[in-house]
Amino acid sequence: MKRQLEIENIVCGYPGKFMLKSINFEVIKGSFTGIIGPNGSGKTTLFRGITGEIPINSGNIYFKNRNLKEFTIKQKAQKFAIVTQKIETPNITVEEYVLMGRFPYKKPFQFLETTEDFRLAEKYMKMTGVFKYKDTLFSELSGGEQQLISIAKALTQEPEILLLDEPTSHLDIAHQVRILNLLQRLNNQYDLTVIMIIHDLNLAGEYCDNIVMMNNGHIHKSGSASDVLNYEDIEEVYKTPVVTRENPISKKPAIFLISERVLQGKQKT
Amino acid sequence: MMRKKYLNWINIVLILLTILLAVIFLALSLGEINFSFSQIINILTKKEGIEYSILLNIRIPRIVLGAAVGGSLSISGLVLQGIYRNPLVEPYTLGISGGAALGVSLAIVFNIQQVFQGITLPIFGILGSVAMIIILYFISLRKQNININTVLLTGVMISFMTSSIIMFIMATTTSENLQSIVFWTMGSLEEPNIFLIKIVFFASLMGLLFIYFFAGHLNALRLGESNAKHLGIDTTTTIKILFVFASVMTGISVSVAGIIGFVGLIIPHLVRYFVGSDFRILIISSFLGGAIFLLLSDILARMIIAPNELPIGVITGIIGGVIFIIALTKSSK
Repeated sequence: MKRQLEIENIVCGYPGKFMLKSINFEVIKGSFTGIIGPNGSGKTTLFRGITGEIPINSGNIYFKNRNLKEFTIKQKAQKFAIVTQKIETPNITVEEYVLMGRFPYKKPFQFLETTEDFRLAEKYMKMTGVFKYKDTLFSELSGGEQQLISIAKALTQEPEILLLDEPTSHLDIAHQVRILNLLQRLNNQYDLTVIMIIHDLNLAGEYCDNIVMMNNGHIHKSGSASDVLNYEDIEEVYKTPVVTRENPISKKPAIFLISERVLQGKQKT
Repeated sequence: MMRKKYLNWINIVLILLTILLAVIFLALSLGEINFSFSQIINILTKKEGIEYSILLNIRIPRIVLGAAVGGSLSISGLVLQGIYRNPLVEPYTLGISGGAALGVSLAIVFNIQQVFQGITLPIFGILGSVAMIIILYFISLRKQNININTVLLTGVMISFMTSSIIMFIMATTTSENLQSIVFWTMGSLEEPNIFLIKIVFFASLMGLLFIYFFAGHLNALRLGESNAKHLGIDTTTTIKILFVFASVMTGISVSVAGIIGFVGLIIPHLVRYFVGSDFRILIISSFLGGAIFLLLSDILARMIIAPNELPIGVITGIIGGVIFIIALTKSSK
């Protein structure tokens, strides 16, 4: 198993407000990692630290044993593609949107796209199932479709690691499953490393091989989904009583919530 | 098909160039003495006589200045809209033009108009706009994640304050100074100093080339700043460079031609409607569109109360104000 990304003692955040405390973890090539944790636990801060959106105060990030600081911003964009939570909706067609993914490969005075750029954009639009919208305006599509198009754009960057910040938030279950199945397929078939922040513990349990559970700016626990998603750790971190069982079909951990009334053993009056 | 789009862009540029050429001929032919198309060709090939002198020394410099100022103001507006991702930002609404006007007014009042001879007023105009750029820079670019409404409102307030200070100066100064200030702030393409016209023309072409280099960056910024960063763009530096460049281009134009408002708002807006939001075509079309618009406005300014002249800012201001309101109502929907 090849180590692809190594996060070593990183400290980053917003001085005076919120800081991550010395984070360490590794990501294996071709793995599917979920970052979970309650609101304010530092998931997005960690994500921003890795993607370079906020500076890292101390510690190092290594990509294939090479310090990320040695990469230019363009080189980074050729290795990492990022799907953010907040998607701007410019008035451009889906094809134009997806083609933006080729920007990291443009030469200084290259103003037009190459045949290869068009070919890749088409390939990934087809793979994500949005090819039919290619001439439609991006802003006219629904949130779920826009999310798929963002993923198509990220794939057009031909990255080695795909990072996603809550790709399924605000989507109905059909779109959630569609997006996660797509990520799983990319992960399996193309050995693409996927790292995503996800709120839904059941989806995390079902789709992620590895889980990093954050709490109060540090890693509470990391490991395989069945190691991390147990009721003790979830209750400790989320301060919410849950029951965990094995999904009878996928054999992955499934989490059930219990309402206050049931917990107190009361009947509905 | 995407490739068809590129052909379409060539067509758009050719159409705009043809219109620009037609407007240039119109501007050459109309004036106190009107010339026909064939007369113009005749005069220009003969290269002699009083008609030739009118064309060469009066009308051609005016056209060159008009095209350069129109193009510069238009792409300055376009760039500011691109980096702030708001269609209502332009040099005029950001107070950059107001700063230039204040610089010039102060130079007139303190009677230092001849310190650098003919180019004193433009120099003070540029200094005034640079001062506004610095103020705006500290308000809008130093901090990250600044609210665009704050920038826009600050710009409008800066414009308002500069015009109030100018009014104060006008109310307390001599009638001679008053006339100079009024004449200058209203904006005019009449500029006797050929050297200045050359500077503006050169600056506008350099600006066009330089900004075009950033077409891809501006395109990526349409997806939002953090997305652009993830595509390999150093957004902070890019935005700063483009902001300063757009402001300096405005400063140079305004300090020579006076306040000509709203070109940077109307033209990119109209052009975007016809050619879409891809900066690779928007930048060229906005430049040509700005040149066409300002030359047409100048023809109107010269014709409406001929033989007298209306300040060109009056024409662009009225048309621009109306379009600004329409754009504002549209974007708030």
